[in-house]
Amino acid sequence: MSARRTRVRPPAVVVGLAAVAVAFFALPLAGLLWRAPWSSAWHHLSRPGARQALRLSVICSLWATALSIVFGVPLAWMLARRAMPGRRAIRALCLLSMVLPPVVGGVALLFAFGRRGLAGQFLDRWFGVRLPFSTAGVVVAETFVAMPFLVITVEAALRNLDPRHEDAARTLGASPWYTLRRVTLPAIRPALLAGAVLTWARALGEFGATITFAGNFPGTTQTMPLAVYLGLESDPESAVVLALAMVAVCFAVLVALRDHWYGNLRQPGIDG
Amino acid sequence: MGLRRAAVISVAAVAMLAGGCAGAARPRTSATAARGSVGSITVFAAASLTGAFTDIGAAFEAAHPGASVTFDFAGSSDLVAQINQGAPADVFASADAANMATLATAGNAAAAPVEFATNRMEIITAAGNPRHLTGLGDLAAHDLIVVLCAAPVPCGSYAERILAAASVAVTPKSREANAKAVVTKVSSGEADAGIVFATDVRAAGAAASGVEIPQAQNVVAAYPMAITKQSANPTGAQAFVDFVRSPAGRRILTDAGFGPPRS
Amino acid sequence: MSLEARVARTMGSLQLDVDLCVGDGEVLALLGPNGAGKTTLLRVLAGLAGVDVGRIAIDGTVVDDPLAGRFVPAEHRSVGMVFQDYLLFDHLRVIDNVAFGICARGASRAGGRAEARRWLERVGLAERADARPPQLSGGQAQRVALARALATSPRLMLLDEPLAALDAAGRAELRHDLRTHLGEFGGSTVLVTHDPVDAFAIADRVAVLEGGRVTQTGSLDAVAAQPRSRYVAELVGVNLLRGEGRGGVVRTTADVAVVAADAPDGAVYAVIHPHAVSLTRSAPSGSSVRNVWPVTVAEVGRLGGRARVRVAGPVPLVAEVTAAALAELDLRPGDEVFAGVKATEVQVYPA
Repeated sequence: MSARRTRVRPPAVVVGLAAVAVAFFALPLAGLLWRAPWSSAWHHLSRPGARQALRLSVICSLWATALSIVFGVPLAWMLARRAMPGRRAIRALCLLSMVLPPVVGGVALLFAFGRRGLAGQFLDRWFGVRLPFSTAGVVVAETFVAMPFLVITVEAALRNLDPRHEDAARTLGASPWYTLRRVTLPAIRPALLAGAVLTWARALGEFGATITFAGNFPGTTQTMPLAVYLGLESDPESAVVLALAMVAVCFAVLVALRDHWYGNLRQPGIDG
Repeated sequence: MGLRRAAVISVAAVAMLAGGCAGAARPRTSATAARGSVGSITVFAAASLTGAFTDIGAAFEAAHPGASVTFDFAGSSDLVAQINQGAPADVFASADAANMATLATAGNAAAAPVEFATNRMEIITAAGNPRHLTGLGDLAAHDLIVVLCAAPVPCGSYAERILAAASVAVTPKSREANAKAVVTKVSSGEADAGIVFATDVRAAGAAASGVEIPQAQNVVAAYPMAITKQSANPTGAQAFVDFVRSPAGRRILTDAGFGPPRS
Repeated sequence: MSLEARVARTMGSLQLDVDLCVGDGEVLALLGPNGAGKTTLLRVLAGLAGVDVGRIAIDGTVVDDPLAGRFVPAEHRSVGMVFQDYLLFDHLRVIDNVAFGICARGASRAGGRAEARRWLERVGLAERADARPPQLSGGQAQRVALARALATSPRLMLLDEPLAALDAAGRAELRHDLRTHLGEFGGSTVLVTHDPVDAFAIADRVAVLEGGRVTQTGSLDAVAAQPRSRYVAELVGVNLLRGEGRGGVVRTTADVAVVAADAPDGAVYAVIHPHAVSLTRSAPSGSSVRNVWPVTVAEVGRLGGRARVRVAGPVPLVAEVTAAALAELDLRPGDEVFAGVKATEVQVYPA
């Protein structure tokens, strides 16, 4: 019995390195908490500018997540299931914005969707749509940077899914669309949720592409990270408070989702 | 860029030699002896100095064999914050007096700062000035997309002062994080106009045009520099400060669009 | 005829080329070694893959015919399929698994559930309606899968080794259930298996698929009585020899003469049951045993009161002896012994 327990205990090296990793993440947060001006925190947060930025951040990041799901899931499905020519190249292309420095991504978006951009000039001429300096531009920038997280997660889940479940559904008379909705998507729900949360978190923290592409104007395009960054110049106390508010929102969502997310994986009989 | 910089450096070197011969300065031999102890120095300089200081650094190294200059270019306020946190800077060159004051207040300036250049604001617009802007008053036009720097950064506060003094009400579409971002927005055609430093317009080259703001409406941005308290190489730092203020250094700054220091 | 299929399809190194007919209410067992193309054939019949050349008709309706440009995909064929590993939808409760096909064909959720409940009652799992598939035993899961397939009222049922993943007890129980439910099923059934016991219990007819082709077809008894391949011989546990018959003697491909009671002339198969092979330490003299070969013991396996001894020699054979005889002979691998077979124990039929 004791021999068995020994085997279950992880090696000391693993425990040690994991502890270092936790400290690595915890210390910067502790630093923020340490430097936060607690007495005036509420004052900083209740300023209209801060509330505006927080509201804009939440709205834009949710839109970016929604768009990522709408376009990212079909993309992941195609990448996982279809033997297209140049699939690797397409995948690399779609993940490009993960490695691109966000500011460069923002400049690239300007060249593509700006008023004089490749596609943007037509958006402007035909529809009168101008993305830069608009809230829609913030959503575009955040989606550009964050969607790869969804695509990667969902594609991996689809690859792990036995395609014969879809075969079984089809022999039961389910159309491909019905199969996708009722079999494939529910089966990858945990991964979809995890990917959506990652995407949302990335969109929430997006800075470089947003400020470069959409600019920075309170109430229209100034999201929390932009407010925090510019606040660091003029009012570092306020910036720390705003940063902590963002961390708190993100933390709350991640903790609240946790049960939901694992709940589906935890089956009686499998879980001890 | 490389070619241009090489040209600037050779011009500077020639100027140095000319200065050395014509002026009452020291003979070359003793100058060389003094140069032996320059060593390596680290210069924290405002982002708007990037082009000019890179060229000055190269000219400085050419004039002082064995010397090496490392630059860190960023927003002045970021740099002050880093130095006050103990970053290893020998020299700090600021784009405004306020950030230099922050350094001095923290007790991190070794001596009184010296002014080495001035900058003035200019309206930046698309190459060729297609909207035919003539002055600040035109920026109030309803259909004109104007972007300015955010208030906390120098180009933002200067722009606000200028517009307020001229009683021009401008609603910018965006408050950019720095002057370069304003240049990007204008040169990519996203914005029609902005207010940035004259040096930024110069650095944008053919991608944008500048519209001068008359002296009476303009502000003079003074660029002070100081040797830091914690400098490990104050001698080398002093040599660099002297070089920036020398005719050779000044010429490079003038080429980049800077004005001479006041006084 | 309810299922008529002429299927030619190349998949990698496998060249599938099969003609099948299965009548209404008939269960055809498809036996064959791994890689013979059984699963591929089922997928083609289900409409999950197409034929390269051929024609498939279910109840007289052509569902696949490349020449006529016709291909009906799986979801529009009236086919029910059961898989070895059940493939239940883990995110749906049992009742919704069974209702899935009914709802996919347009029924309301309530209507689908009512119908599904009737099917769960028929397979004896009504009380597990609200369970999740991972909570079920293998046998229960497969019964749910069967109910799920039958609930769509298919014209053709395809079962791909439905018993292979179960333990012995579950297998016996489900075998019985399959026989009951497939017996009540009015359409045609194709059951893939590699256990002749399943085929015997459930199927009306057997087709043996080897290397993409049907090598034997007929009732299981007929196939077992006259195996035409090593695979079938091993499946039913007999020794199979191939050779030329002439004047009551079969000359095998290894050029050994086997005396048989009534061997026809020409190319023949000869079958020798393991229990007809006697093993002795010394050559039997003056007995009625006409065939005696010196052989070497290769392998000895015991199973209960009996033992199977594999011997190598001019005629490789498996002999079945009693445990007592094995103890008396004290056989070990490598021992030199004599194998004897009476002429009357050799059954010969034309190849």
